[in-house]
Amino acid sequence: MKPISLKIKRQDGPNGRSYWQTFETPYRPFANVISCLQEIQKSPVTREGKKVPPVVWDCNCLEEVCGSCTMLVNGKVRQACTALIDNLEGPLTLEPMSKFPVVRDLQVDRSRMFENLKKTNSWIDIDGTHDIGEGPAIPDQDRATAYVLSECMTCGCCLEACPQFTLDNSFLGAATFSQVRLFNMHPTGATQKEKRLEAVMKEGGITDCGNAQVCVEVCPKKIPLTDSIAEMSRETSLLSIKKIFNS
Amino acid sequence: MKKRNRKVIIIGGGLAGLAAAVRACELNMSVDMISYQPVKRSHSVCAQGGINGAMDTQGEGDSPEVHFYDTVKGGDFLAHQPLVRDMCHQAPAIIHLLDRMGVPFNRTSEGHLQFRRFGGTLFSRTAFAGATTGQQLVYALDEQVRKHESEGTVTKREWHEYLGAVVDDQGICRGATIHDLRTGKIFTLRGDAVILATGGPGNVYSRSTNSTVCTGAATTSAYLQGAKYANGEFIQIHPTAIPGADKLRLMSESARGEGGRIWVPRTPGDSRPPKEIPENERYYFLEENYPLFGNLVPRDVASREIYAVVYEQKMGIAGEAMVYLDLTHHRKEYLEDKLGGILDIYRKFTGQDPSETPMKIFPAVHYSMGGLWVDYEDDGHGMIDQNSVRNQMTSIKGLYAAGEADYQYHGANRLGANSLLSCIYSGLLVGRAAFNYSKSMDVASEDISSSVYEGEETIWNNRFEGMKRMNGKENPYSLHSELGELLLENVLIVRENSKLSSTLEKLEEIESRFKDVKCLDTTHWSNPMPSFINQLRCMIQLSKIITKGALLRNEFRGAHYKPEFDLQQPKNFDPHEYIDYLERTHYEEVNDSDFPEGHLDYMKRFQANNEKWLKTTIAQFKNNGPEITYDEVNTSLITPRPRKYD
Ligand code: SF4
Repeated sequence: MKPISLKIKRQDGPNGRSYWQTFETPYRPFANVISCLQEIQKSPVTREGKKVPPVVWDCNCLEEVCGSCTMLVNGKVRQACTALIDNLEGPLTLEPMSKFPVVRDLQVDRSRMFENLKKTNSWIDIDGTHDIGEGPAIPDQDRATAYVLSECMTCGCCLEACPQFTLDNSFLGAATFSQVRLFNMHPTGATQKEKRLEAVMKEGGITDCGNAQVCVEVCPKKIPLTDSIAEMSRETSLLSIKKIFNS
Repeated sequence: MKKRNRKVIIIGGGLAGLAAAVRACELNMSVDMISYQPVKRSHSVCAQGGINGAMDTQGEGDSPEVHFYDTVKGGDFLAHQPLVRDMCHQAPAIIHLLDRMGVPFNRTSEGHLQFRRFGGTLFSRTAFAGATTGQQLVYALDEQVRKHESEGTVTKREWHEYLGAVVDDQGICRGATIHDLRTGKIFTLRGDAVILATGGPGNVYSRSTNSTVCTGAATTSAYLQGAKYANGEFIQIHPTAIPGADKLRLMSESARGEGGRIWVPRTPGDSRPPKEIPENERYYFLEENYPLFGNLVPRDVASREIYAVVYEQKMGIAGEAMVYLDLTHHRKEYLEDKLGGILDIYRKFTGQDPSETPMKIFPAVHYSMGGLWVDYEDDGHGMIDQNSVRNQMTSIKGLYAAGEADYQYHGANRLGANSLLSCIYSGLLVGRAAFNYSKSMDVASEDISSSVYEGEETIWNNRFEGMKRMNGKENPYSLHSELGELLLENVLIVRENSKLSSTLEKLEEIESRFKDVKCLDTTHWSNPMPSFINQLRCMIQLSKIITKGALLRNEFRGAHYKPEFDLQQPKNFDPHEYIDYLERTHYEEVNDSDFPEGHLDYMKRFQANNEKWLKTTIAQFKNNGPEITYDEVNTSLITPRPRKYD
């Protein structure tokens, strides 16, 4: 079998210039991008025979549930662990996500996504951890809808694909909107609904969404992001109307 | 003067760490959270099947006491009973709490919590959120911590690594040495208590179901500083994982909880596609050998059976080390709803659809029952004194451990869906213990002389400088793979003394080769290599704990299987005979004729074995290796007896 060839976009630090290096690793059945990167760690030599520091990337669970190893594989944003070599056109190219600051090589800093969850009160306000009995009864259909939204692993694929989301603007993005929908749906979460909607109505909020609909195509968890966006538009409009009448 | 909040440093942001943080915040502590990565990406997200709590919502007669019994029996009686009992009694409240936090648990038609059956029990007591329960629990707790973070009580330091505890000259832990994984800077943090919620050590085996951060380095570092490490040899091998080169991906026990059946073709080497093999030519070995528990025997039992079928009876699928896990008798929609998350994983990594073709699976290293030794205080009535500062404290005062990093809830084998429970239970418990402890200290860490911290910082700076200068021939990642292969081959399901002692020798060899490692990356920004070399140093030491503990423990208990010391339970033995036997020996002579043939002899062997080996293994770092001693186990509530599942 032909060796696997990987062309990798590297960058030594946040302010460094990027450059490309190509590596080759032996073919193995069921190999994925991560197992190739692990092979490179064991022998970090470029195709031209130059010894270089191993490529740096983030990963953890290796089963597409933690969201860490998101990168561009052959130009398409996805998790590297489920990128099986047998299913990809070679030679492979790996690049860091472009909508987040590069830390080093394939590592990027996605803290903006977590900050957005703070801005939007993305949690349920509980009274405390002491035993105060059962939670609210919830119809299983509602649970099923919530479960799908709750699978978001903050990987950032939807934001990488979104034309509206850029390195230097303040757009919240599909993942955040969908989380707001999730918490607004919950019987207890609904008590903070307006607070969350107000956050979504500020600069970078829901009205900036250009409806490109690409987010939903790239989401590895198949979260119905366009539904979430439509729902947020509806809820924020209702709140605006309510405010007009109350003022 | 403004009253200062007491400060706790929590290492690790999985379920135990997050639960500890939430509890500590409620008690008005200020919390520093240290994590390799955003806590939302912690290994707990990989837990799939569910969390146990006996609420008997299906009228089966379940109760926390039965849960307690199942857990203690599942762990082959090696767990301290008051702790397990307290945990099982609090389990329903913990599930309600998670439910209130918004975890999308599956529901009944009335909208209440739904439960399913898991291994090692006959009752439906596992609450679940699809097949990604761990992920959903982490998210709920992560959200609570984010709320506290936005209020300023929690300071998260993600992309940071714990290197060691700062211990003063009285032997009290006063803070932690931390490594910034971006800048490479090493610094210390002051804390009135430090909690290690750093998870398990699966990566010493190189390939396991664990995430890449699960190296056990933090707990080993505590051991190297003098903390006791307990029951290291008890490593759970999960019966069903998807074989792979980089990782052995878990196929949750919930697949069997939802009716999944394990089988191999009756004719060894039969290479027909599974669907073409008729029912009567299939060997459902768990169902045949364990009619009562069937496919839901505990994990240690299932893994051993699969091993025997593959290696002794040579009946693996097409001669390979694999067996079928079959769900194809269910409707596709049913499977998607109940198990979608894990079936997706199978599909993504093998390209096959489990609703159409049976999955091919094999056992894999999964969980460490052992971990840092920690204390507890019972209330004298078979439960735990929730306010004791001793709960979850390691043998270094002020240094705590919780979650998979500790040792005390699962004995010799963990039951499925008890890990999420023990992580959250011990996390909540340790949060309160750390708070009470910090209140009880006369001197706050802020008033400790800075020389204590500077000393530690210097030690670690020198150590890391040394590692960066390492310029030998060994690639640390390759050496790690070799270490893992060595353990996989010799310290897994079936253990033999000759192999274990040669493994110990080989570990010494690996350790000396470690000195010849090359640090391939000497840059100063986001360089993972010095960290990894340090983790490898720890993994080698931890391997010695596991291997030596296994070598010295000459018995068969739970996940620790040494065929040479199998007590050979008679086929028709009933565990109640043993209770009868114990009672009778109190009052009278017992005779062979009182029991079926061979049973008395077996029970005497069992009793003598327990007297010798029903003990906690304690490893302490002496002369560059573990010195092993044994401690009593608290078995005050349920009389230890032979396990049986058929
Ligand atoms: S919505 Fe989907 S693509 Fe976006 S962050 Fe969440 S999981 Fe990733």
